[in-house]
Amino acid sequence: MAAVDQRPGIRPRPTLGRRLDIAARCSFPATVTILLMLLTQAPWNIPGQAALLPAVTLCCVWFWSLFRPAAMPPPIIFLIGALTDLLGYLPLGAATLTLLATHGLALAMRRSLSQRGFAWIWLVFAGVASAAALLMWLLTMLLTVRLLPPAPLAFVAVLAVSLFPLLTVPFAAAHRTIANPDRA
Amino acid sequence: MIRLSIQARQALARLTLPVLIVASFGMMLLGKADSLLVERARIALADGLTPIYAALATPLGAVRGELQEIAALWDMREENARLRAENEKLRRWQSIALALDAENQRLKASLHWIPDPAVSFVTARVVADAGGVYARAVLLAVGPNHLIRKGEIAVDERGLIGRITDVGDRTARVLLITDLNSRVPVMLETSRAHAILVGTNGDRPRLLYWPQGITPQEGERVVTTAEANAFPPNLPVGTVHYTANGTPEIEPAAMLQKLELVRIFDYGGTGVAPLEPPDRPTPGRH
Repeated sequence: MAAVDQRPGIRPRPTLGRRLDIAARCSFPATVTILLMLLTQAPWNIPGQAALLPAVTLCCVWFWSLFRPAAMPPPIIFLIGALTDLLGYLPLGAATLTLLATHGLALAMRRSLSQRGFAWIWLVFAGVASAAALLMWLLTMLLTVRLLPPAPLAFVAVLAVSLFPLLTVPFAAAHRTIANPDRA
Repeated sequence: MIRLSIQARQALARLTLPVLIVASFGMMLLGKADSLLVERARIALADGLTPIYAALATPLGAVRGELQEIAALWDMREENARLRAENEKLRRWQSIALALDAENQRLKASLHWIPDPAVSFVTARVVADAGGVYARAVLLAVGPNHLIRKGEIAVDERGLIGRITDVGDRTARVLLITDLNSRVPVMLETSRAHAILVGTNGDRPRLLYWPQGITPQEGERVVTTAEANAFPPNLPVGTVHYTANGTPEIEPAAMLQKLELVRIFDYGGTGVAPLEPPDRPTPGRH
């Protein structure tokens, strides 16, 4: 990411401090996502807390894949997915595949969504989150060979959709300021 | 670093996502083929995170306690009245219990009853939910030199909560009786009929396989049985409650929604718990 900048123009010398700054800005989305994931597992004792992990992860992956895909590349998504599987006691691979699919969808819709407002992004996310929760539920059933009640699936989707605006506000601010490598 | 042309680099970048999607399918296969590996990875992760969560638990508990205190101040008068009435009732029960206990001792003495062996237990703090969306389990923080083994029984101050299914260096995972995979042999206390308690991932596990000619009564107490040598007998599990469509469920005696401290008993039962793999060292047990 911070390797060789080949765009034309004049810019300051790539000193160590500057390179560190750029690296920190580039790794901000992934770091914040993983920290938020760990935070959802803390002993808050909220009823239904288990659904927070997949919901928060979906929001983060959707936002950063749309707005800064360079900082949320597929290998990082794979890592985040594997962590979700392990932390969330899902069968290995269920969340990984779901998050990679979400990332792919975000990349495909990036151009058309970037011209629309937040309401559109949120609306599309509602559909994506529902599909992702459904996929996770189906994969979990397939991999554990068990019929599972569908209520948690709906709860994850609703939670993700309702958390998205709350997470978007600080993320959008960070996207313009501290996560922006151009401002290093 | 290998220098690649822009086209080659772009092609590689476009290939990453499909390759990783295939890799995630591979990971699913790996998870199915070697579930022990996955369990170890989970427990290792939990071992690493538990000290952080355990450190967080104290201030979070303090905040929760303060909030509860404020809520309790509001309805203190009603609470006091209710407690006084309950105290009155409990005092009557206490005298009955003491009389029965004395009688029990006398009867046991005259029968030369072999006393049940005293069991050892440890108490541990619940630090995290360990079930995820599709399971019901909790994670306990236990010291680095604990003696907890798979299959031990976890109980809170009111009743059975579950069994230890995974043990790490600093953590232990308890599968709750409400989990989809939980099966507990139980006994209806008044009719002495055996049945199986089956978890559904809901708040109340279901009662199945009671003998013909016996109907579980609403409000009947349910306790564990020593059948299959997996549980000690007579641990309180809950009370029978019928749903609207006539299925008997168990209202757990334990407060499964807000577990904080859990006692883990070693009854030496070996019935259902699988043996530990031989290459896994169990710290402190030699």
